[in-house]
Amino acid sequence: MFGFIFRPRKTKSAQTAKDRLQILLAHERGSGPAPDFLPELQREILEVIRRHMKIDKDAVEIKMDRGDEWSSLEINIEFPNKEKDDSDKEADKDEGEDKAKA
Amino acid sequence: MTSNLTQKPKVQGKIIVITSGKGGVGKTTSAAAISAGLAQRGHKTVVIDFDVGLRNLDMIMGCERRVVFDFINVIQGDARLKQALIKDKRLENLFILPTSQTRDKDALTKEGVEKVLNELRDEFEYIVCDSPAGIERGAQMAMYFADEAVVVTNPEVSSVRDSDRVLGLLSSKTARAERPGAEPIKAQVLLTRYDVQRIARGEMMTVDDVLEILAVPLLGIVPESPAVLRASNEGVPVTMDEPSAASAAYMDAVARLTGEEVEMRLASDKRPGLFQRLFGRTG
Repeated sequence: MFGFIFRPRKTKSAQTAKDRLQILLAHERGSGPAPDFLPELQREILEVIRRHMKIDKDAVEIKMDRGDEWSSLEINIEFPNKEKDDSDKEADKDEGEDKAKA
Repeated sequence: MTSNLTQKPKVQGKIIVITSGKGGVGKTTSAAAISAGLAQRGHKTVVIDFDVGLRNLDMIMGCERRVVFDFINVIQGDARLKQALIKDKRLENLFILPTSQTRDKDALTKEGVEKVLNELRDEFEYIVCDSPAGIERGAQMAMYFADEAVVVTNPEVSSVRDSDRVLGLLSSKTARAERPGAEPIKAQVLLTRYDVQRIARGEMMTVDDVLEILAVPLLGIVPESPAVLRASNEGVPVTMDEPSAASAAYMDAVARLTGEEVEMRLASDKRPGLFQRLFGRTG
């Protein structure tokens, strides 16, 4: 009821801090602190791809960006072109993940 | 395209541990500010979080949403170092190696840490190790391979006492201490949360008091400053945030770390109190 009196006093950086924490903690509470399955996911992806083409074991790059509505998981796989060159390549997948609840 | 790595000259980077014994004195703030400051001065720098289980460097650096793999994954062979390194979005030559939030400090093996540090040494000029509080395994691993140490200390009895204890460990329980004939770790004190007003009122120990007790050189004096909290709120290292006495103090300390001679200065970010504002400033 008095909230509106105090709210304007909150500095911008405090609000930023709160927003950042809410996003982070929503993820950490929901699915455990860290995406621990990623090393295994990486291994499995590598295994599947290797059945079909020759790639280096360092060639898989996994990136994640957590947002409050969506997170994205970006998987890049680099592989050499056999002598022919097309531009060198990469497969991309984007996968949305769950929404976070504050 | 991939083979130019073989030609790159090895840099043999310097390992600097940011430690303190006591918690809450500003280790992570200082690790973030110093590593960013080194990168701002053009040095290729990586900062590593050794606080396994209580990851926080990622938040202070503002990259918490981009952590995929971590230090422990690399030690255990689940990920490659380059996959775990997070490139700072603001500074070209700054990288962060976050720690795990699920494992515990036993995951830090001496061999594992050494292997990662050796790999980083070939790639980076400065490797900044952000130590956890305490003197247990995490803190010991953070300092073990260090070439230099920054002992973060507040002008307050328990902090000074713990710093003294940590200085003892630096000179006995580290690779440089154990290797016969090796130069000892170069340890310096960074005084943080220094409050000029309270010192003037005799409520806080002075720089000289602290240095007299600890008997090691002074790297810098960082004043108590609202800029520190604001920077951590925003996930920006203090040195990259708006100019403040705290950021200037960190940049001075960074310059000294790289061997430059910079005169010590005592500035303050304190806003004048109510009375001073109403009745005119006195100092």
